[in-house]
Amino acid sequence: MTLLSLNSMKTNIGQYSVLHDISINVPEGGVFVLLGRNGAGKTTTLRSIMGLWKPSPGSVTFRGQDITNLHTADIARLGIAFVPENMGIFGGLTIEENLILATKTGQFDQTRLDRVWELFPAMKTFWTKQAWSLSGGQKQMLAVSRAIIEQRDLILIDEPTKGLAPSIIDAMADAFREISETTTILLVEQNFQFAKSLGRDMAVIDDGRIAHAGTMADFVADKELQESLLSLSA
Amino acid sequence: MTTIPTKGDRIVKAAVLIIAGLLLFAPFLFQDIRSLEVAARICVFIVLVASYDLLIGYTGIVSFAHTMFFGFGAYGAAISLKQMGPGWDAVVVGALSGVLVSTIVAIAIGLLSLRVKAIFFAMITLAAASVAMVLASQLSQFTGGEDGITYKTPDIFKTATKLMVDDNNKVVRLFGVKLNGKLAAYYFVFATCLMLFLVMLRLVGSPIGTVLKAIRENEARAEAVGYRVVAYRTFVFCIAAIIASLAGTIYAMWLKYTGPDTTLSFTIMIDILLMVVIGGMGTLWGAVIGAVLLVLAQYYLRDLMGTAAEALHGIPILPYALEPDRWLFWLGIIFILLVYFFPKGIAGTIAERGAKP
Amino acid sequence: MDQVNKLIERLGGVYLLPVAVSLIALVLIGVPSSWVTLTVAGLAMGMMIFLMASGLSLVFGLMDVLNFGHSAFVSFGAFIAASVLAWLGGWLGSDSIILNSMAILAAFIAAFQFGLAAGWFFETVVIKPVYHDHLRQILITMGALIVAEQMILAIWGGAPMSVPRPSFLEGAFLIGDVAIEIYRVYALILGGLVYIALYLTLNRTRIGLLIRAGVENREMVEALGFRIDRLFVGVFMAGSALAAMGGVMWAGYETLITPALGAEMMIVVFIVVIIGGLGSIEGTLLGAIMVGLVANYVGFLAPKLALASNMILMMVILLWRPNGLKPAVK
Repeated sequence: MTLLSLNSMKTNIGQYSVLHDISINVPEGGVFVLLGRNGAGKTTTLRSIMGLWKPSPGSVTFRGQDITNLHTADIARLGIAFVPENMGIFGGLTIEENLILATKTGQFDQTRLDRVWELFPAMKTFWTKQAWSLSGGQKQMLAVSRAIIEQRDLILIDEPTKGLAPSIIDAMADAFREISETTTILLVEQNFQFAKSLGRDMAVIDDGRIAHAGTMADFVADKELQESLLSLSA
Repeated sequence: MTTIPTKGDRIVKAAVLIIAGLLLFAPFLFQDIRSLEVAARICVFIVLVASYDLLIGYTGIVSFAHTMFFGFGAYGAAISLKQMGPGWDAVVVGALSGVLVSTIVAIAIGLLSLRVKAIFFAMITLAAASVAMVLASQLSQFTGGEDGITYKTPDIFKTATKLMVDDNNKVVRLFGVKLNGKLAAYYFVFATCLMLFLVMLRLVGSPIGTVLKAIRENEARAEAVGYRVVAYRTFVFCIAAIIASLAGTIYAMWLKYTGPDTTLSFTIMIDILLMVVIGGMGTLWGAVIGAVLLVLAQYYLRDLMGTAAEALHGIPILPYALEPDRWLFWLGIIFILLVYFFPKGIAGTIAERGAKP
Repeated sequence: MDQVNKLIERLGGVYLLPVAVSLIALVLIGVPSSWVTLTVAGLAMGMMIFLMASGLSLVFGLMDVLNFGHSAFVSFGAFIAASVLAWLGGWLGSDSIILNSMAILAAFIAAFQFGLAAGWFFETVVIKPVYHDHLRQILITMGALIVAEQMILAIWGGAPMSVPRPSFLEGAFLIGDVAIEIYRVYALILGGLVYIALYLTLNRTRIGLLIRAGVENREMVEALGFRIDRLFVGVFMAGSALAAMGGVMWAGYETLITPALGAEMMIVVFIVVIIGGLGSIEGTLLGAIMVGLVANYVGFLAPKLALASNMILMMVILLWRPNGLKPAVK
């Protein structure tokens, strides 16, 4: 079943046209990976879904509902979480405050909180520390924790492995695997190794267009396609 | 940024040419003292507003200290004319010291605050301008305090000076206009202002102008391309300050009086803002149109309002609303509406017409 | 040097600055009784300016909106209070402290209500259309300031207006040989209470949490499902109402007010906000107290420099910390 679909989406930022024609269908469950070179339009795609930039023309539908012109906050309330490239954590707030902000009611659901602590023990350790004092990896964990502290149907994650140490990337991959059992993840990634190990479906964006879409297994098998689309020989 | 001039473009330029023509022949066309006063004020304000437009329109920085630089120039001339007597040497010393002070202060403010947000800059210039105003009224032994300074200008500008005499040693009249020192003073103002305006036109047409536009459109991009944004901004801020300072000197020469109200007051800063916005930001032609319209309105529309208020005597509210004291109130409203609906001002809006098919 | 820095940081960092300034002033002034009087005066002035500046700082932090018309709320607050107090002259003149206080309370309520209403109008009608355009924002709020000042002139006229004060706030009391004006203590207490209320709201409530988060990263708060724009109207209204309250206190302090009051205070408020760092209420308090203290000390030590003292203070602090003493984390 399709959870999210982008229909011939075109997005301009200022006077620059960044996305020309993006159409993808994200099925429910598992990890959907968006690949592409730097500047191809991956981040813009996520931001357009989130309503932070408005596509025109084109539309975004979530569970069959047109969300193109909804306010970002209302899109979030439908059950979509966003982990931006810069992580978007609130440095002046403690981990506790960062997380409580992400709950709908201002109260923690103890089972969900336990799950966060289990996935990322550092969150418990530094519970009352201000977020700016965390390491890069811990900040990323906080950003992901914030997305899962409340029940969401879809999490948009933008390049979570950027600048992280290999050991932390492995921990992140494990966490994502577990999260994806209950929540669909739309993952934007440049790190092909990381993406390969997680993705079920995938698409490649190039110059604001979808250059390829299919299953990860097929894509991994087709070295030639990888070469031409990503200019990398992983 | 079309290279082909549009129809609207031509209208704007034609209007400016007509204004230039009218100003050139103003003493002959409008033969009364008040009109000449208006014409001279228009000349000075065109330069002042155009130099401000270099900042706000071409570079996208908002300064509230423009009258401060205007004041430096005016007080420079006033103080040196008062101390050294009415000679050209005093004028030169005054002009140069005004320029020097302006440059130093502009560099200091620029380096201190142009690297931070535009809004910081606006606030800091506002604070600096207020300090300048306070200093002018406090240091009364130099500046004459609130009363200002009255002084004599070089002899050639005296009203009694005869530029040409006939056989009876009476001043020659040309088309009914006495060729006296007042006329010389007006043409001094006109010529120097025209010169300064042409310098600015040259500047915005030069490669520097192109860089400035690039910075205004997209600061990060300009920085990435390798332009030193802070250096360029400080440079423009200095140029604008210097020109404003020279305009101040010219105005001081014309008025033969300099005080806080004629140069430093916040009202003048607001006038400049209004002129830039009404005329159109980002085009020097707009400065001309804005300055002309607002100065004319100041001199004539206020009287009209007074007359109208009296005529409507007895009708509720209307005469009250049209009282000349309400003048600034209505200007403020017009200003806000203009910024909302015609952010490009008169010149920009007209120039756009014909650009669209 | 590094260790000294660390020690200073542990003791309170930039919060020590007012203490250091007042100690230096004590040495320079030499007379403890004058020093106490000046310090109390400086703190009281700082508290009143804090009220005026806090809203501006938060509004800027939350939405990147700088309202040049902010000082209009201060002026309106002052003039409304003057009118209300004049109207309630009977209560104010009576011997009953309760009636006196009722009159003052009425003035505060009137100004506060006006601030809320005017803030709402300003935000929705004047500023909303130009949210993301700084240049037009500066121009439009400046235009609004002109219009507001003209309205004050039209309503109250240009002549100075006297503000009646109840007898229980008049005069001074003596501690040893130190004379302390009662009104200053009153301003200090009231300002302190407002600061505590603001601090608790920001740090102990969910709305406060949203505001603090929004100041740091508005987009992310929205992506978590909260409408910052709706929150912002509230903050704007509260900030305007606080400015009007500051105006009321200032009016009572000066006892003679003119329409130029707003423009004069605007400069001071801007300097405070710049010194303190935009977006943080602690910074604003720090900046306000610094400005209050320095103005009073310099006014005593070198009266000629007094008017430029704020400006010099700002320059020095900006050279040291370009973003102000205690800006919000961005």
